[in-house]
Amino acid sequence: MGRITLKEVTKSFGTVEVIKPINLEIEDGEFVVFVGPSGCGKSTLLRLIAGLEDVTSGHIEINGTDATAIPPAKRGLAMVFQSYALYPHMSVRKNIAFPLKMAGVDKTEINRKVDEAARVLNLSDYIDRRPGQLSGGQRQRVAIGRAIVREPDAFLFDEPLSNLDAALRGNMRLEISELHQTLATTMIYVTHDQVEAMTMANKIVVLRDGIIEQVGAPIDLYKNPRNLFVAEFIGSPKMNIIKGDAATELGAPTVGIRPEHLEVSKTKGKWKGTVGVSEHLGSDTFLHIEAEGIGTVNVRADGEIDLHHGDVAWLTPQVDKLHRFDATGLAI
Amino acid sequence: MATQNSRSAARLMMAPAVILLLGWMLVPLTMTLWFSFRKYLPLRGGDQGWVGFDNYVRFVSSSSFWPSVQTTLIIVGGVLIITVVFGILLALLLDQPMWGQGVVRILVIAPFFVMPTVSALVWKNIFMDPVNGLFAHLWKFFGATPVEWLSQASVQSIIMIVSWQWLPFATLILLTAVQSLDGERLEASEMDGANPLQRFGYIVLPHLARAITIVVLIQTIFLLSIFAEIFVTTGGAFGTKTLSYLIFQRVLESQNIGLGSAGGIYAVILANIVAIFLMRIVGKNLDA
Repeated sequence: MGRITLKEVTKSFGTVEVIKPINLEIEDGEFVVFVGPSGCGKSTLLRLIAGLEDVTSGHIEINGTDATAIPPAKRGLAMVFQSYALYPHMSVRKNIAFPLKMAGVDKTEINRKVDEAARVLNLSDYIDRRPGQLSGGQRQRVAIGRAIVREPDAFLFDEPLSNLDAALRGNMRLEISELHQTLATTMIYVTHDQVEAMTMANKIVVLRDGIIEQVGAPIDLYKNPRNLFVAEFIGSPKMNIIKGDAATELGAPTVGIRPEHLEVSKTKGKWKGTVGVSEHLGSDTFLHIEAEGIGTVNVRADGEIDLHHGDVAWLTPQVDKLHRFDATGLAI
Repeated sequence: MATQNSRSAARLMMAPAVILLLGWMLVPLTMTLWFSFRKYLPLRGGDQGWVGFDNYVRFVSSSSFWPSVQTTLIIVGGVLIITVVFGILLALLLDQPMWGQGVVRILVIAPFFVMPTVSALVWKNIFMDPVNGLFAHLWKFFGATPVEWLSQASVQSIIMIVSWQWLPFATLILLTAVQSLDGERLEASEMDGANPLQRFGYIVLPHLARAITIVVLIQTIFLLSIFAEIFVTTGGAFGTKTLSYLIFQRVLESQNIGLGSAGGIYAVILANIVAIFLMRIVGKNLDA
């Protein structure tokens, strides 16, 4: 069981209110991702749930009981830190065994659980090494192993992949998703990377300045962003935001168009523009087009398109896929 | 080629300093060795020629030798234990965020800047004097008989004085080590269910191991040769005669340079044994 409920939770450091009253339901077995730009309070929110910070007001309920005053170790949550926070003077085995040792589990049981965790995480070959002798990905797995053996109600991940290189990050993303499928335990995951959020989450929580901007399934957020901030934050490359006369013509003060919803042609279209940088990725081509009266627009075209720097291109938006926003930035 | 050139140029430029330091060390060492094999009594006939290992045998077989070794070890060990234990506690305390942290830290370091002679005099006259000392007044205030510190508890008194001088050093080194401890590591252990005492034992103490060995190593080397504190307070009486003080007495009070030099060589050997022993511990710690 790992149902977590936040009720009117706030957090202030001195006079700075980092988390404004937040209400959130996390269901058992969900993979929830807190995403937002740096300084939005996502890590603080995770630490509040973990109990490493005390809430200023409000309540945190875990499995229906008020856990606001319960110390971190007793909340039944396990956390994986950004720096891994491994104990450098202990072997991998001792690192993973540490929480069990603290809980007073007997030796044979500890060994059985540690071996099992090491097997699941492919760490059996390194079990007697020290963290200093491991690569980044291996250390990450040890940190996850230390969390798994406790059999917690929920896992908390604080930007666990940000210290890894791009290729390894892709692999670990899959491994964590796979782990979630296997264990079916609630996971709360903090990241500033919207790709991680989109690919891993059942539910994304977009935060800005200590406020939840939107909660929903990844594809929901992508298709129906509630406001301009979410629209711009979710999706890569970023959504194009059009203002002024061109927007008014399309029926709103501000209009958003995703790069894949613009048709590009060499001969005809609605807006005329000049091709700037074009990024050929093979499967896709990302074009940066300087459109007249609109500004720079990102376009996702297919991989074989024959447009280069300086060429003239015509753009046509798919009218049914437009996102319209009012003057305050809320979706219409 | 360039590296070859710059390397020999570097050697050339370092040479004066190296030669100076080497001379500074080798000349007195050689002279001590030289005198240790000679019968040299400045006021009773001067240099009277070679005597082989006579001085070495006499120094060791003297009735004051083993007690002085014992006193040395007790003082060094006592000071080490006190400075390391209280150093760790003070470092943990000073690491806590508090008002006026900067000033408090400077105050804690202050005793280190007081000269050994001065601090020994201050302790002797202001604190430990059995008639006018602050301790005597404190004892009298509670109706107790004042302790004659430097005669009744002489070794303990010297340990206290020297510990007071060296505690800042230990605290300073240990404080930097405490500050370099990753906060997330402590939080991780907190999440793992370790109580404060277990966090200290399993996380903080292993992290401090290297700093502690460094403190022990450096202090041992300096503490083996403490002199001023003993000279100023007890003058070597009441069982406070350490090895270095014994050597001083042999040379200056007995006017026997040969015998004193032999003692000096013993002290050099002792210090080297300690140093090798500790270097190996430090080396082992640096591997981890």
